[in-house]
Amino acid sequence: MKYILMMNTMKSGQGVPEWPRKDLQAHIAFMMAVDKELHERGELVSAEGLSFPENAKLVRAGKDGRPVTDGIFPESKEFLAGFWIIDVESPQRAYEIAAKVSAAPGPGGAPLNMPIEVRPIMSGPPPEML
Amino acid sequence: MTKKWDAAAEHLLRELAPRVLGAVARRFRDFSSAEDAVQEAMIAAFSQWPQEGIPENPRGWLIQVACRRMTDQVRNEIARRERETAVAAETENVASLLDIEGDMDPDDTLVLLFMCCHPALNPSSAIALTLRAVGGLTTAEIANAFLVPEATMAQRISRAKQTIKTSGTPFRLPSRQEWTGRLPAVLHVLYLIFSEGYTSSIGSHLQRFDLAREAIRLTRNTKTLIPDNPEVAGLLALMLLTDARRAARTGPGEELIPLDKQNRSLWDRVEISEGIELLTAALANGAVGLYQLQAAIAAVHDEAERAEDTDWPQILALYELLKRVSPGPMVTLNHAIAAAMVHGPAEGLQLLRALDTDPRLATHYRLAAVRGHLLEQTGDYEAAIKHYRIAAAGTTNIPERNYLMTQAARLASG
Repeated sequence: MKYILMMNTMKSGQGVPEWPRKDLQAHIAFMMAVDKELHERGELVSAEGLSFPENAKLVRAGKDGRPVTDGIFPESKEFLAGFWIIDVESPQRAYEIAAKVSAAPGPGGAPLNMPIEVRPIMSGPPPEML
Repeated sequence: MTKKWDAAAEHLLRELAPRVLGAVARRFRDFSSAEDAVQEAMIAAFSQWPQEGIPENPRGWLIQVACRRMTDQVRNEIARRERETAVAAETENVASLLDIEGDMDPDDTLVLLFMCCHPALNPSSAIALTLRAVGGLTTAEIANAFLVPEATMAQRISRAKQTIKTSGTPFRLPSRQEWTGRLPAVLHVLYLIFSEGYTSSIGSHLQRFDLAREAIRLTRNTKTLIPDNPEVAGLLALMLLTDARRAARTGPGEELIPLDKQNRSLWDRVEISEGIELLTAALANGAVGLYQLQAAIAAVHDEAERAEDTDWPQILALYELLKRVSPGPMVTLNHAIAAAMVHGPAEGLQLLRALDTDPRLATHYRLAAVRGHLLEQTGDYEAAIKHYRIAAAGTTNIPERNYLMTQAARLASG
């Protein structure tokens, strides 16, 4: 079963860029280790980190169908910071990975306990219900 | 280099894969490395044979390439360990490579099947390893079939082999005693390969490897190797009787078409008659099991010329047997559908109530979908719409979601 794990985090101002170097390195190393573990277990489909919300634009179609862009206001809400797509045996395993990611180290090495949204990806229905 | 590359040649190559692997694994006493080596030989064959033609002796060719890989591995390993003493023994092994051809044993395919469907493996690992080692598929093809990156699939396979290695299972057929305990796991893996192919052959992934066909091929081979087991035959019958309806189960827009609305002239008569023949022979053989009963239900559907000709009392009786042989919430659900067809929707709805307290199914979309369907039959459209929508929100399958939303919309606008 495939799931997407969405890491919604980092309102502007409490973001990673302001952390002390040591904490930043620990955080980055943690995320790389997670990716490596998921790959080695044969569970990783893809993982992407997104650029900071300062680079984001909201786009709508104008009257003529051409794009009308608007700035994003990073103070206003939480942002998708990155996502993993995983292929695992059970929802429990997806939650376990999400909990691990949630506890990524933050300032001073303390776990961030970020909210991670876990959602099944549409595919075939589970064949195993008999 | 003589014959040309075609579907038959590819078939030959895939049939050879497990037999070559069996011989190499036995000779080198290392299943894991032999499996890698044969995979490399297969990849080499897939890239060279279509261009250069099929070698005079395809088996010998594969063995030679696989053994060359093994030798390289053994040499590297020895160099790494710097154990000179082992060199003599191993190179001697390598020297008489082509003797291996004489070692080929048809039972090796079966040995491999039991090995790959090892009880210590989780289903997705067992499926991947079975497709590669027994099915002769490349890692890239398997990855493509499951829509994951090739590197991820390679890891899954190598972990599966590590698990088998750790378990210490010897490379030989399980004893007759072990056999009874282990055959269900083998059949379950084959069944899962089939249903994976069947449930996800719709949608935007038409170029995916045809897993349903591969499952049928592997089960057919298993049937040849275990001719007298009624459940092996039952499983093959179930696959054929289900696959026969393939062309009719989706419309031009890839929308799902339920059984009672399918154009039955599109059903594959050849598959149906083969399935029924297999099933009839299996049922005469004694011990009725899970797969034979499911095949029997599929056969009753396939034998009805029009949906309204379906022999529902017989289907209901078969579900009652299935409930005893292999109880489970999905069986109860399907039993309720059959009961509704025989005794009316109220009876079906009554039976569904038992599932509301079953934690495995209480919140499952299929319960809501069936309830919606039965409520519609009783004329309670408002409740039917509600349950179709609950079901649409719960499913993780796009064509199914579209189908359920359309059902609700149809009633709402009616």
